[in-house]
Amino acid sequence: MSQSYNRGLIEDFGRWREFEAGMWAWIFHKFTGWVLIGYLFTHIAVLSTGIPAAGASEAAIAAGNDVYTQTIVSLEGLLLVRILEVGLLAVAVFHMLNGTRLLLTDLGIGLDAQDKSFYASLVLTGAITVASVPTFIAGAF
Amino acid sequence: MSTQIPKQTEESTEAETETEPASKGEERRAEKRRRAAERRQQRPEEEAEKAAADESTVELKVFRYDPQVEGKQEPRFDTFHVPFTKGMTVLDALMYARDTYDSSLTFRHSCRQAVCGSDAMFVNGGQKLACKTQISDLEEPVRVEPLPHAEVTKDLVVDMEHFYEQMEAVEPYFQTDEYPDGDLEEQRQDRENREKIKMSTRCIWCGACMSSCNVAAGDTEYLGPAAINKAYRCAMDGREGEEMKQKRLEIIEQEHGVWRCQTQFSCTEVCPKDIPLTEHIQELKREAVKNNLKFW
Repeated sequence: MSQSYNRGLIEDFGRWREFEAGMWAWIFHKFTGWVLIGYLFTHIAVLSTGIPAAGASEAAIAAGNDVYTQTIVSLEGLLLVRILEVGLLAVAVFHMLNGTRLLLTDLGIGLDAQDKSFYASLVLTGAITVASVPTFIAGAF
Repeated sequence: MSTQIPKQTEESTEAETETEPASKGEERRAEKRRRAAERRQQRPEEEAEKAAADESTVELKVFRYDPQVEGKQEPRFDTFHVPFTKGMTVLDALMYARDTYDSSLTFRHSCRQAVCGSDAMFVNGGQKLACKTQISDLEEPVRVEPLPHAEVTKDLVVDMEHFYEQMEAVEPYFQTDEYPDGDLEEQRQDRENREKIKMSTRCIWCGACMSSCNVAAGDTEYLGPAAINKAYRCAMDGREGEEMKQKRLEIIEQEHGVWRCQTQFSCTEVCPKDIPLTEHIQELKREAVKNNLKFW
């Protein structure tokens, strides 16, 4: 081969309009996976700031004056946090449902219906997210 | 009948008188040739104009690139208007464009009936076998590009060397240490086993699956769907025997073997022969796990 034209990686995601169900499932699974990992570390970091509460007096804990309770209450008071929590639930639910789909794929079950099971997990995620909104948003406004 | 005879003689005498001066005839022939050449040169342009105005034509946008001609080294898209005929495939349209408008348009094709696997292309954003893709099923303009994730040699021709290397890495041929007893005994495969490997034998080495696979694009060591399917075809063949199957599994379960597959199902979607590639890869994964798990 003397000369050839290398089109690079642009054709990978440059043609996202033509992606099929299985490809979208893969992208969403990767994305939600990274979001969950990111959340996990943030979760640990934020809650670690509440560790001193372990040494607080019982009266302070009962009255809700300790660092831990204060942190949680102030966070939950923010509308942005409430909305992000809905998003977190959506991400986690999709990751679980699609994870189940992938488990079945690994077992060789329902490979012919892989696109339908992806759509099903999307619809279920949507339904569960919508149903959770009242619980998460209650009292935020 | 009889009325036609004098006419014929008349013609023949005319021809004779025409050819009498040899130099004159040659002159005329030369003139004729020159005119034909002119017409041949004009024809593509005229045809193209006519076709562009016509409504029953298909608009093709074809990827063009030629590293050896200055001015064509920068990839571009050429538009061809091809008269539509019922049952026309993408390959038919390309051949019409090449024969009528631009003889430098380059693409691979051979059998034209989805057997040889030389004309896999990227048509309207999907890996398709041009000879079995109906124009009527496609949205216009039809965009024809060379296979993604492969280096373009010229126009629609890509370098398939890497694909063939991966195919050969799995030793895609029947091997066995178990021979039947008698010298003239046949080595038979039972019906169930044949059914099991039936779909995997359909592969025509077109490379569409390899081109559609994102994992194979990022990891050049990954065997790819076609090669793994070939390995499946051999490993699952009951006639090869246990020992050979172990050898096959060793190739399959390498780091860049079946484990790279992330079940995007792209290969299964694009396979022109409808081979359930992902299913075969998944089955080999389970086979590899079973082969290595020991509970004692």
